[in-house]
Amino acid sequence: MSSDSDQVNGVRGVVVSHADLGAALVHAVESITGITGALVPVSNDGCNRATLDERVHAAVGDTPCVVFVDLAGGSCFRSAARLTRDRPGLTVVAGVNLPMLIDFVFQRDASLEDAVKHAVEAGSHGIRVVSH
Amino acid sequence: MRVDDRLIHGQVVVGWGQAVCPDRILLADDEIAESEWERELYRAGVPPDFEVEFTTIEEAAQRVDELMRSAMRTLILVADVHALVRLCNDAPQIREVNLGGLHMDGDRVRKLPYLFLSDEEAGQLRELGERGVTITAQDLPTTTRVPLERLL
Repeated sequence: MSSDSDQVNGVRGVVVSHADLGAALVHAVESITGITGALVPVSNDGCNRATLDERVHAAVGDTPCVVFVDLAGGSCFRSAARLTRDRPGLTVVAGVNLPMLIDFVFQRDASLEDAVKHAVEAGSHGIRVVSH
Repeated sequence: MRVDDRLIHGQVVVGWGQAVCPDRILLADDEIAESEWERELYRAGVPPDFEVEFTTIEEAAQRVDELMRSAMRTLILVADVHALVRLCNDAPQIREVNLGGLHMDGDRVRKLPYLFLSDEEAGQLRELGERGVTITAQDLPTTTRVPLERLL
């Protein structure tokens, strides 16, 4: 169940990545959409498992949240997925891209489930191949 | 044979995966071997080109002979120096070790950007080195391999 403040703030988005990718993606989303503060970047730089778990845990908070990670099977993915075990209202999406995040920041008033579905579709549709 | 506190992660799957082309990753860790949830987390998302196995340190030591004889290339992963020492004590056939990533924790001191060692860990590695195990630090196949002597 969402409280009133959740409705106002919407679903939280956290982008967990290798190196500076998350921060760069968040910056790009903000400069394209003009929506700031909707996404929080977390980097795995210099982290062991425990410190990355702590960083992700701190960023996720305790309201409905989607954690976007850059690479399935990486340390970012595992830290985020590990949290889902004891944390209802948390969804992890691996393979983040810019179209996915742009879509997400406009869907944060939807339910967690709908926001995830919509963002994943936008991310998939954002992949196009053009050749000669 | 690699020591890396992130165990299976991007550098291992992508960086070393492309360069060394292992057929199998053997993750030797007592806690993970005992937890189905953790095993599932580590298995999830690993490209289908690798087989992933989970064992305790003790089981891994018993498997070393078989792994060395096998036509499959196996990358053995442990999370810390303590686990490495246990494994090498039980499996003296292990002659080469890659230190891939040990991050800041407790009283560790920075040796390289990706390698931090406590005095105790440095002493344990020195001892292994004196027993003839070649120990080098290298996070990725494209970076310089640093011999143990330069880390102590």
